[in-house]
Amino acid sequence: MFDTDELVLNMGPQHPATHGVLRVVLKLDGERVVDADVVIGYLHRGVEKLCESRDWTQIVLITDRMDYVASATNNLGYCETVEKLLAVEVPRRARYVRTILAELQRLASHLVWLGSHAMDIGAVTVFLYALRERELILDLFEEFCGARLTYNSMRIGGLPLDVPSAWDKKVLQFCNVLMQKLPEYEVLLTHNRIWLERTRGVGVIPGPEAIAVGLSGPPLRASGIPRDVRKDEPYAAYDEMQFDIPLGTRGDTYDRYLVRLEEMRQSVRIVRQAMEGLPEGPIVGKVPRLIKPPAGETYHANESPKGEIGYFIVSDGKATSPYRFRVRPPSFCNLQALPRLVRGHLVADVIALIGTIDIVLGEVDR
Amino acid sequence: MADQNKPESPPPDAAAPGGAAGAAKVPAGSPKPAAAAPPLPPDPPPPADAEQPAFVGALLAAFPDAGLQLSYWLGDWTVIVGLDRLPALARFLHDDPESLFDFCSDVTATDWPARASLRFDLVYCLYSTTRRHRIRIKVRAGEQDGVPSVTSVWPAANWLEREVFDMFGVRFAGHPDLRRILMPEDWQGHPQRKDYPLEGPGELILESPQEWLRLRQAVEESEIE
Repeated sequence: MFDTDELVLNMGPQHPATHGVLRVVLKLDGERVVDADVVIGYLHRGVEKLCESRDWTQIVLITDRMDYVASATNNLGYCETVEKLLAVEVPRRARYVRTILAELQRLASHLVWLGSHAMDIGAVTVFLYALRERELILDLFEEFCGARLTYNSMRIGGLPLDVPSAWDKKVLQFCNVLMQKLPEYEVLLTHNRIWLERTRGVGVIPGPEAIAVGLSGPPLRASGIPRDVRKDEPYAAYDEMQFDIPLGTRGDTYDRYLVRLEEMRQSVRIVRQAMEGLPEGPIVGKVPRLIKPPAGETYHANESPKGEIGYFIVSDGKATSPYRFRVRPPSFCNLQALPRLVRGHLVADVIALIGTIDIVLGEVDR
Repeated sequence: MADQNKPESPPPDAAAPGGAAGAAKVPAGSPKPAAAAPPLPPDPPPPADAEQPAFVGALLAAFPDAGLQLSYWLGDWTVIVGLDRLPALARFLHDDPESLFDFCSDVTATDWPARASLRFDLVYCLYSTTRRHRIRIKVRAGEQDGVPSVTSVWPAANWLEREVFDMFGVRFAGHPDLRRILMPEDWQGHPQRKDYPLEGPGELILESPQEWLRLRQAVEESEIE
């Protein structure tokens, strides 16, 4: 009856729900998305080239600013890669504290994700609740290293400072508070009819296809693939921790939500174990004053809250900065899947899907 | 792999002073560097006592005449292959039951300007979710070479190859959508190359704000004329 042409709709780089400066050009047939073209690069700061002219120690500051919601994880991945190149042994106490920081960071990142994802879909209250708990984590980090967002909290070989006195009690107290509050989020969302309508069956991707398209982290685990760097290639103190990997079944947005909620519970479990079993000892290993790894290249992966973050670093053995510094950003590789996820859905689902992939543009663009 | 933090016995070449310029690592056929030349890529061969995993054995058996070079450093295996054999090798590593590398972690490149004819080292980091092992493929490419794209084997390489194209200028033959991804579409130059300045092309480094104002006034006057 009516002749409907395809409509090209631009979700411009300035948009309240794209989690940063992301541009998605949608090709619509009525309300349904036929195709999507994701345009990135608005936050590209040339981190990789910049790090080629910075000292090995200075680069820790730069890694903070890639995934700025999970700085400690970026720091940890970088420091571990250089420690691998230098063949430095990190003392056990430092590894435990690093695990605690990484898991607190995972909680902070998932709280931000939960708040912003729910707010994009319309549940504004969850944002306030989640950020209220995240404030407690930021207070813990501020006590540890002095910063609330970009921590610079790790050094090559260990940590810059030991934990402050009474910090361990505060961490355990925070764990108790969070375990009380998580049911509040569940009450608001998990069996909410509107939430189920907006997220069930949206962006379904089966397991093998998720692997092929490069997804990692919670989106991959929600499709049923038991892949977690903490279990497969343990780093820091994860080989001494007991925890489970939550898996989804259908691979839709609702499963990704459940997987991340359960990951928060498992993170609390890890923090409690590490805090209670914290060994005594030095906080930094034997590292030369001038850091100059021998010539070689290596790739080392960590499990960031967004997925697998990998560092590929090439050292030429002579300079005081890396020859090549490459980060494999999980948000970049997960965002690749957006056109595939969005096909056939409504415009409103595009917002839900951008939120469920959990991107941070600082990491996508570097 | 539990031994990621400790290397196996380090290859003898790396312990030599001024390690990277050692000619022993450069395979025969590449130009030999001058005495104080810029660095060359380190590709240490596996030490004699390194235990070869099954997928390496299967790889060597399947490609006996491809001139594969193996490298081993800090617990990671790398296989260096020529451009023409890359598609076959990629397909083999994806499908072979001993390997099953289904997850393409990373596709990246390193620029070695000292190696004039094949300046780029393309690195493909692969992981197997079923077997839980890793391997890296390394390919040497020149500026003008068209590298076969591996997106037909691992769709995850799509954006990763676009970024290598954007940053280094390496063209991928058979890529479904090869265009710039991080830089603007009409950008000239490839930023991650070693001969590209950190401040960007043609940026004037002015001494003071007054100079900047003077420059802007001059530009405006010339536009009025």
